[in-house]
Amino acid sequence: MISPLEARYYRRPIPLLWWARRRSYLTFMVRELSSVFVALFVVELLLLVRAVGGGPAAYERFLGTMAEPAMIVLNVVALAFVLLHAVTFANLTPRAMVVRVRRYRVPPRVVLAGVYFGWLVVTLFLAWLVVG
Amino acid sequence: MSEQITLRVARYRPDDEEAEPSFADYDVPLRRDWTVLDGLNHVKEEMDGTLSYRWSCRMGICGSCGMTVDGEPKLACATFLTDLAPGPVHIEPLANFPVIRDLVVDLTDFMHKLGAVKPWLIREEEQPVEDGEYLQTPAELADFKQFSMCINCMLCYAACPVYGLDGKFAGPAAIALAQRYNLDSRDEGARQRLTILAQPDGVWDCTFVGECSAACPKGVDPAGAIQQAKLAAAQQAVTSLLLPWRSR
Repeated sequence: MISPLEARYYRRPIPLLWWARRRSYLTFMVRELSSVFVALFVVELLLLVRAVGGGPAAYERFLGTMAEPAMIVLNVVALAFVLLHAVTFANLTPRAMVVRVRRYRVPPRVVLAGVYFGWLVVTLFLAWLVVG
Repeated sequence: MSEQITLRVARYRPDDEEAEPSFADYDVPLRRDWTVLDGLNHVKEEMDGTLSYRWSCRMGICGSCGMTVDGEPKLACATFLTDLAPGPVHIEPLANFPVIRDLVVDLTDFMHKLGAVKPWLIREEEQPVEDGEYLQTPAELADFKQFSMCINCMLCYAACPVYGLDGKFAGPAAIALAQRYNLDSRDEGARQRLTILAQPDGVWDCTFVGECSAACPKGVDPAGAIQQAKLAAAQQAVTSLLLPWRSR
């Protein structure tokens, strides 16, 4: 129920381009919309698994589709957005996690360095797995 | 004639059948020691007594004088006119809240949200008064002190686009204050609060824009508090899934 007093409140409409007003709002919108590309990688992974399950011919067909120039361009764009998500996610870790060793709080910079180090280790492991 | 600066102030007077706000210009003295609040007080006392705005302490403690100054959510008492020269200085009510009159907004929504997260010490069993206080070490105090500095000025809600778009979101200050009690060594109510915060419209609505922490005049970092609450809520969910006997 809205009281007669509340009925006279002025409620400001949100302008259509509110997100263009500020860099942080723009980043927010880019992150929200680019989630689609993160989902795309997940779908590609599922298709890969299905192709592997379908035997050598299906796998070759999948590799052929993925080698199309349009697919490569799409994947490069998707990679850029996934990196944006990964970096912004990694950067918030020190604020989301209070890490303690005994009673002492580990400085946020050290936590952040740990995240990037972990990322590097996983990347190197995957690179060794694929290339090595 | 001393130097002047123009305050372009949003006026909304529903009593006068005004459907939407308009701006009124007031030329006030530009003094080195004057804040936006001093300017508004000058208008109220010397030029136009009908101007309405909230203020009290003049020193960034009471949290009453939050408003939008040149597009940014600010405490009027902590924003100096000289930093805004040559003007005109645009002064509007806080964003994302309904305007009652001029620069006065309705904060009822926040009051409900604050109460909903139980921002007080919850004990499973209250200790008798004769047993004295619940003691705490300085290190335990340091764990939550930052989040206890909130003055409920609502600058964070005005800065939060998620709250602007979805008014049901619990919002930065309420979650920061819930986290303040979750981290308090004397409190035993974290489970209750996290259950409330993990609901739809709770912590998961936050997409970490980070503007709440940028706007906060007390260095509370509500964005950090929300991410910590997310982590704690997720840990609680996983624990109750894997070790159901540990959750009551």
